[in-house]
Amino acid sequence: MSTVHTLSVLVEDKPGVLARIAGLFARRGFNIESLAVGPTERPGYSRITLVAVVESEVQSEQIVKQLNKLVEVIKITEMEKGLAVRRELILIKVKAEPSTRGEILQIVEMFRGRVVDVAPDTLTIEATGGYGKLRALKDMLEPYGVRELVQSGSVAVGRGARTITDRSKYDKTPKNQRD
Amino acid sequence: MAPSKTPATETMTGAQALVRSLELLGVDVAFGIPGGAILPLFDPLFDAKIRHILCRHEQGAAHAAEGYATATGRVGVCIATSGPGATNLVTGLGDAYMDSVPIVAITGQVGSASIGTDAFQEADIRGITFPITKHNFLVKKAELVPQAVAEAFHIAATGRPGPVLVDVTKDALNGLMEFSWPAPIALPGYRPTVTPHFRQVREAAAMIAQAQRPVILAGGGIVKAGAAPALREVVAKAGLPTVTTLMARGALSDADPLNYGMPGMHGAVAAVGALQRADLLIAVGARFDDRVTGQLSTFAPDAKVIHCDIDPAEIGKNRAADLPIVGDCRLMLEELSKRLDDVTLPDWSGWRAYLDGLRSKYPTWAGDPDDDIIQPQEVIRRISQVAGPEAVFVTGVGQHQMWSAHFVHLEQPRHWLTSGGAGTMGYCVPAAMGAQVGRPDAVVWGIDGDGCFQMTNQELVTCALNGIPIKIAIINNQVLGMVRQWQTLFYGERYSNTDLHTDRIPDFVKLAEAMGCVGLRAEKPDEVDGVIAEAMAISDRPVVVEFVVSKDAMVWPMVAAGASNDDIKIARDLAPKWEEDDL
Repeated sequence: MSTVHTLSVLVEDKPGVLARIAGLFARRGFNIESLAVGPTERPGYSRITLVAVVESEVQSEQIVKQLNKLVEVIKITEMEKGLAVRRELILIKVKAEPSTRGEILQIVEMFRGRVVDVAPDTLTIEATGGYGKLRALKDMLEPYGVRELVQSGSVAVGRGARTITDRSKYDKTPKNQRD
Repeated sequence: MAPSKTPATETMTGAQALVRSLELLGVDVAFGIPGGAILPLFDPLFDAKIRHILCRHEQGAAHAAEGYATATGRVGVCIATSGPGATNLVTGLGDAYMDSVPIVAITGQVGSASIGTDAFQEADIRGITFPITKHNFLVKKAELVPQAVAEAFHIAATGRPGPVLVDVTKDALNGLMEFSWPAPIALPGYRPTVTPHFRQVREAAAMIAQAQRPVILAGGGIVKAGAAPALREVVAKAGLPTVTTLMARGALSDADPLNYGMPGMHGAVAAVGALQRADLLIAVGARFDDRVTGQLSTFAPDAKVIHCDIDPAEIGKNRAADLPIVGDCRLMLEELSKRLDDVTLPDWSGWRAYLDGLRSKYPTWAGDPDDDIIQPQEVIRRISQVAGPEAVFVTGVGQHQMWSAHFVHLEQPRHWLTSGGAGTMGYCVPAAMGAQVGRPDAVVWGIDGDGCFQMTNQELVTCALNGIPIKIAIINNQVLGMVRQWQTLFYGERYSNTDLHTDRIPDFVKLAEAMGCVGLRAEKPDEVDGVIAEAMAISDRPVVVEFVVSKDAMVWPMVAAGASNDDIKIARDLAPKWEEDDL
């Protein structure tokens, strides 16, 4: 049964590192659902949040092990459900007639979204949230006529005081090597 | 000379820095071909202490670097220019990646300002080689050259070895920089686990002590790790039956009665039977390749698995490990040898007797003796006998490779060079060249097929001109033999495009002579010993010996692709009897 895994990958910020990771997924037949890259609190390092659809435990282990073999990968942490905060950003351009505008604004408020652009017959809405919340928002706005939709990959951070630098589930030292 | 407190620097070009870095890393030989983008490097190379061997094709240079690396245990180096020069290295890099061979490829790249403009002879060789190198670099500044080269050698030679490519732009080669040594190595994400967890090794000893039918599955990692002496110690101390994969041939001497030979698709019955009947596999430096396991679900069905490898990704990839040990094979086996003193080992004489029975009952098929037709197996056996275990043997890919794996008698590691994972036809001649350069005093025999030979034989010109006296035996069956064997067995004898007509063209003797080699030919069984003796007597030139054999000779035993190892055939439609009651 396939499951969705969110991995946080700390990498050296060097040219080509994203191509290496994308290429590795393609070559080994792993599926990426979304991918987001950005800078971190440390200069010279980037963090990639990677949502992968995984067929089996063996495959999930292989993804982590093969990623770890990339020289520019520093560390990989699985962002486990409940133990991490995950967010995506969505921008939706929705048809808004004077008669429906009020209802749309109510929905936006319910989802703690914001209107970021207004035109005579459209509203552009920005919202952030987890996968489920944004899907619900999309479902609610669908009947009004979605003209355009853009969504970012997921970014995630572990809950609590610990950071990726001290979490060690997928440290480069394999599990069986640690006491 | 008093050591200075601060590293002394010297102004030089990136190209000079590259050559200096190679020299300081101990490189004595490089194989390559110059061209536009790499020209700045060839100028200082002209005066360097490094012997550069001018090859005839970059693929040859890459395989030569592999042959050098495998025969010597050092890092092999090849050099090519940008564009087609670099892309011609790809097969060699892919081969080295599959077989974990430490080589460093240096390629020229167009000027950094031209990158991305589809400039003349521009190719994104770094992008092209992402999936077939352990790591690669694009260097665009002269001052970054020494660090990239130092890191490349470090990555290639440590952990699980493999190919590393360093692509250097022409302006980086021409630019001036301040050279100092040692260059820094800054690889925060590269920390191979070398030392195995000793508690796991102790557990391994305990599992071995519990086993009734244990087998060591020795893989190529043992050769790479210099673990052959440690393997021999463990095998001898515990009396453990061992099988040696294609890449591990020579890790344990073929003279050792505990070596039951090569397992796999064309494995010896005793070796395949040992794995299938085992209750414990001690896999060391092996990766459970599909050519070894056959159908995974029926591979060694009763066996628990101890799996030691320096690459954690190999553990559990194909076969789940009951006891994983990440680390260097040599350190693991040395520790295991000590830990075996702590346990009482059961009596495995019945198990060994069963395997001995399989071995004597089902020897690997050596062809039917014939007065008129040369048997390829016999040719290979005779070459091995005459050249002896001190010689280095190199093969191409196909039937002759499998026959060689069985009939070359090996006693030492690094005396057997073959293309395993990639199965690269054309590996033999250039790899033999590299091996001979690395081991100038050894007799180097390449055993090649007529198909393989026609892919890369141009490197014999390189050998002739550079005093590299390799000996190449062409097992000429006039066809792409292994493919034809599959057509015979699985495609109703429809021989689509496997007949090379090598009985007529080319004339291998004339071809050899045209390339500055001695050309010899044997067409009848009674000529075999004569031409081998003649070839052995020549040491000032390369020799090519053509052995004309039947196109119908087949490799047995065989497990059909995807079939269970239990369904091994010792000849067409002939299966061994396992007689498990004897166990």
